[in-house]
Amino acid sequence: MKWLLVTLSLFISVSTLAQTDRYVFENNEQAIRFEELTKELRCPKCQNQNIADSDAVVAKDLRDKVLELVKQGKTKDEVIDYMIDRYGYFVHYEPPVTPATLVLWVLPVLIVIVGFGFIVIRQRKASIKQSWSPEDEALLTKLILQNKRQEHS
Amino acid sequence: MNRKYLAVAPLLVFACVCVFLYLGLFANPREIQTGRLGQQMPEFSLPDLMQDNKQWTDASLKGDVYLLNVWGTWCPTCLAELGYLTKLREQGVKIIGLYYVQGYDADFDGAFDIQALRDEVNDMLQRAGNPYQSNILDLHRTLSLDLGVSGAPETFLVDKNGTILLHHTGDINPRVWRAKFAPKIQELK
Repeated sequence: MKWLLVTLSLFISVSTLAQTDRYVFENNEQAIRFEELTKELRCPKCQNQNIADSDAVVAKDLRDKVLELVKQGKTKDEVIDYMIDRYGYFVHYEPPVTPATLVLWVLPVLIVIVGFGFIVIRQRKASIKQSWSPEDEALLTKLILQNKRQEHS
Repeated sequence: MNRKYLAVAPLLVFACVCVFLYLGLFANPREIQTGRLGQQMPEFSLPDLMQDNKQWTDASLKGDVYLLNVWGTWCPTCLAELGYLTKLREQGVKIIGLYYVQGYDADFDGAFDIQALRDEVNDMLQRAGNPYQSNILDLHRTLSLDLGVSGAPETFLVDKNGTILLHHTGDINPRVWRAKFAPKIQELK
């Protein structure tokens, strides 16, 4: 029982010592802006991480810079522009619409439109009423009989 | 007739995907271009790595075509390119080093030991060759950030007026030099 208590107390102390945040902001709005920005800006070194996740030196430098700019009261767009000026469009996870990136934005829509168009056209073709004459009926009967005979033999 | 075209469509799509993926094989995701291309060197004022009372500014670098080579003794690729860069210096290329201090944080590491760094740099340059006319010390990586540097080695080509013409991430070797830098420098002459 004593050991159980000791073990349990270990868990409690760990969770109370855990740090919540090492960045201090003047107001909540700035904290939210900082969090949004560090998630939206991409680390130029370890390329599939945002700067909030990355441990690279450059990611830390960018985080510190974002913090500084946010504390200066810069808006989100101003901070993003500041980074794009230096690191190019690469640094932002939302590429702008330019001739080079147009295909990214247009292609998915195009695929959906073409796909639906294809389905609609097929549907129309399938729903066209076909003519049915007594000769066709006779041919059908004949074919059925033929196949029956083949099955028996 | 219509049906014939439709039958070819999947093949066509497949061919497009093939071309796309094939090109992807040769794409280099590390080849990031700074947003500063075609612009002036950002304003800065940083100390010389080797001399105590010398300051470098963007204005003091104007007047020559030069390479700005971001490097550090902690970076193995930088060590590898020192030999070739030294050859380039012997051919008359002006190379300024921008020393990128890895991970120094004033809040945690206390005073920066500049003498230890100088010894380390001198030792390495004596062994591998010294391509640098001068070295600028970017202790807090502020100029590096303004230039859009993500690590080392990286190299910029700057013209007489201080305009940034080229940005290369990774090492400089004969192949890169021939393909990327030599034509541009030829243009400037």
